[in-house]
Amino acid sequence: MIEQNLSLLLVVIPLLAAPVTAMLPAGRLPWLLTLIVTWTCLVIAGWQLSVVIDGSVISYELGGWAPPWGIEYRIDAMNAFVALILSGIAAITLPYALRTVEKDIPRHQTSFFYALFLLCLVGLLGIAQTGDVFNLFVFLEISSLSSYVLIAMGVQRRALTAAFQYLIMGTIGATFLLIGIGLVYAETGTLNMVDLNLRLHPILDHRTVHTGFAFIVVGIALKLALFPLHLWLPNAYKYAPSVISVFLAATATKVAVYIMLRMVFGVFSNDFVRITPTDHMFLLLGVFGVILASVAAIYQTDVKRLLAYSSVAQVSYMVLGMGLASVLGITATLVHVFNHALMKGALFMACGALVYRVGSSQFDNLNGLGRQMPWTFSAIFIAGLSLIGIPGTAGFISKWYFMLAALEQQSWLIALVILLGSLLAVVYMWKIVEVMFLRPASDTVASVKEAPVSLLIPMWVLVIANIYFGFNTELTVNVADSAAKLLGVAAYHE
Amino acid sequence: MLILPLNYSGLPPTMSDQLLLLLAVSLPFAGAIGIMLCDRQPNLREAVTLSTAAAVCAIVITVYSRFHHGASLALDIAEPLPGLAIRFEVESLGMLFALVASSLWLITSIYAIGYMRGHHELNQTRFYALFAVAIGTTLGVAFAGNLLTLFLCYEILTISTYPLVAHAGTDEARRGARTYVGILLTTSIALLLLAILITYTVAGSLDFREGGILAGKLDPAWAGLLYALFIFGIGKAAVMPFHRWLPAAMVAPTPVSALLHAVAVVKAGVFTVLKVTIYIFGTDFITNSGANDWLIWFAGGTILLASLVAMTKDNLKLRLAYSTISQLSYVVLGALLATNTSLLGGALHISMHAFAKITLFFAAGAILVAANKTEVSDMGGLGRAMPITFGAFLIGSLSIIGLPPFGGMWSKWYLGLGTVEAGQWLLLSVLLASSLLNIAYLLPVPVRGFFGTARDGTTYTRIKEAPLSCLLAMIVTSLACLALFFYPDPFYELALKASGGK
Repeated sequence: MIEQNLSLLLVVIPLLAAPVTAMLPAGRLPWLLTLIVTWTCLVIAGWQLSVVIDGSVISYELGGWAPPWGIEYRIDAMNAFVALILSGIAAITLPYALRTVEKDIPRHQTSFFYALFLLCLVGLLGIAQTGDVFNLFVFLEISSLSSYVLIAMGVQRRALTAAFQYLIMGTIGATFLLIGIGLVYAETGTLNMVDLNLRLHPILDHRTVHTGFAFIVVGIALKLALFPLHLWLPNAYKYAPSVISVFLAATATKVAVYIMLRMVFGVFSNDFVRITPTDHMFLLLGVFGVILASVAAIYQTDVKRLLAYSSVAQVSYMVLGMGLASVLGITATLVHVFNHALMKGALFMACGALVYRVGSSQFDNLNGLGRQMPWTFSAIFIAGLSLIGIPGTAGFISKWYFMLAALEQQSWLIALVILLGSLLAVVYMWKIVEVMFLRPASDTVASVKEAPVSLLIPMWVLVIANIYFGFNTELTVNVADSAAKLLGVAAYHE
Repeated sequence: MLILPLNYSGLPPTMSDQLLLLLAVSLPFAGAIGIMLCDRQPNLREAVTLSTAAAVCAIVITVYSRFHHGASLALDIAEPLPGLAIRFEVESLGMLFALVASSLWLITSIYAIGYMRGHHELNQTRFYALFAVAIGTTLGVAFAGNLLTLFLCYEILTISTYPLVAHAGTDEARRGARTYVGILLTTSIALLLLAILITYTVAGSLDFREGGILAGKLDPAWAGLLYALFIFGIGKAAVMPFHRWLPAAMVAPTPVSALLHAVAVVKAGVFTVLKVTIYIFGTDFITNSGANDWLIWFAGGTILLASLVAMTKDNLKLRLAYSTISQLSYVVLGALLATNTSLLGGALHISMHAFAKITLFFAAGAILVAANKTEVSDMGGLGRAMPITFGAFLIGSLSIIGLPPFGGMWSKWYLGLGTVEAGQWLLLSVLLASSLLNIAYLLPVPVRGFFGTARDGTTYTRIKEAPLSCLLAMIVTSLACLALFFYPDPFYELALKASGGK
């Protein structure tokens, strides 16, 4: 019984804490409360995963209404895995937030800022926990609305345009998702995911179902920043306050990947993906996304934008994994969701540290900074290796599974694209390395000091996690594997 | 110093073999941390370098004696992928490589201290620390127990040597380092990783096994293609057309060129080629499937072309770089011929070429430090001012050419025999022609040094020999070239065992 309540608490605790935070006096108190809440969430999420890791399922009926009529929280290995990533990243971001928020956000807005941060976390965690598609939409809107505001709180005025751009695109996405859900509801009369899956099965050839599916996929693809719907992302990441860049880069698109997996494979089905051209569409967009976004990253002259384009490319890998539509492919996708959160978290934290000290992430202002900020630079270097997929890092494990999944189906083109993506990552990461390490330092840089310890510690926790999960994959691979199987994806047979 | 009495006894039995192996691979990393901690005290820092190098050398020799007495040393560190462990295991070929790398690290450390101080290089702490890391990963390559571990160490080796190549920080160094890391990472990710993954998909394992793991599982028609992915993917073996990184890396300080680009990095490449040939494909599978049919001409071509290019280079380090490219393909050719004798020759060449080529690089660095000269054409008459340096260069050259009484003769002898065994008469003539070319581009240096005159006709009176530590290192390695002719036994036995001969 207690386990079911705890699953609900994962959403309720930050939800209740948000208004309390907003009412606290500005200063460090809101931060402290948020810190406590995120770490509590991490503990609950960790415990939740330990319960369902053996393949069991936790089901909680909201208000005691039995599903499919009431809302059900249904936790299996995949939900718990995503919830763990979310609360883990939130928990590690908070110590980092203290100093950067003091610098980025006016003091009188801090209570408001942390309240919004908590709301964003509520939305993301809710998406991960819920087993009801309409409830999912509601949580998606909670997280989206709060993130629009959070991005708009960036230091530069252009943050407002970036947020507005994201608002328009995000709203279109959410609307599409809602229309899709509506169509599917009209056909089946249910909103519960498990129930939907059962009821959709006999009517998978209905036009309305196909239309609903199309709306749902496009809607999620917008939130996912799937190429070519990614244009809102670089500016949003660039102009957001540093800590929000870290948090969104590490979590927001990952949650969208989760929704895509859950809707496409969980609500619809593996068969549906195979009989419609969905898998081919994923492969096609994934291939273009990996290559074009990586090439775009090479041409950036700003570290934050470069990393943002890299995120689009990395998300495209996950889409490739879905397109392969096999146990190995989905495993690779989920492993990469975890590993990419680690590497992008570390990279955006390092980037935030640069902005904290230099005030800019433009290449021109970072010349020779590696010698002034050796710890930050080393963090970028190691996380960059992980991004490239050098063995000994978490990124290598992801690459390995993507490649295995492609080779298993003898998709040579996909395999080559994955390797090409790695090579392009070498090029764009090396641009940062050369700027920071080899270019002579300008006079303005000479007086710059290393970032404060409160920024370095969370950054290096993630860097070390990148290495640790490159050697110990018991958690990531096992959970991803059992989650992939729970989704009902069949192993690939020739 | 490598000549050991065969009844040499190891550490007391209380110390487990596993710990010994772990120490061999991890001690250089500990040394690197120690070096960084002594940033402010150069003397103490150099003491850490030397004592770590000596300790690693002693440990590797102890491992050798344990191995020689039949102990099997293996160690699993972690299992990042199901069924694929990070494993270190001692076998004869790796033992040979580890002996060469660890003993030459010690000698190079002595040399580097004289060179770096004499040449007033900056960032010396970073230099020594990364040097130690590079050797640690080289030993990791040598002792790797499966292809995954080997690949892991191979990549870390590339990355840890990047700052060493870029050490000077000039535009030229930046360009050179970019070529270096670009080619090595590109080939390893695009070709080698693909080859490893295909191997794993086909064979379901990446273990090194006698007779290989692919026979009977891979369609022989595809064997040639997969083998090519390996040969070209192992960019460190510098088979043309993926050789450009090696001359580009010559912008590095000379001790780096000496150890890393005559011993550690390049030998890690050809060592991997040999490992893949013997333990992944298996010689029988290669001969039966004809996987090597057309690849041997890439190796043969590289041997000749690189020698020809070397002749055109006036810059001494560049000339040595192209010479290295050519000599590396000797080892690759030994692997590709896939007969017992050719493998024996290839494996022996790893050690013989290492001692000879490092002598040449030491000499080139000594000339730079003492006389500030880099071009061969400027070296007329210099030999009379620096007799020890040019004498060492002469000995190294003769060993590379393959003349008795120097160690280089043995490897060339067995490689030649290997071509005869395989009935490849054309390749035999390639080897012979290359030896002649070696004479043509190496011997002019000492000849001009001893008998020529300077361009402006002056005699060098103010130029003295390089610092003592540089001279000492050169003398030791040239003596080793000589000693290896009369007593190649430890290397010969290891190479023989690896090649599957009797």
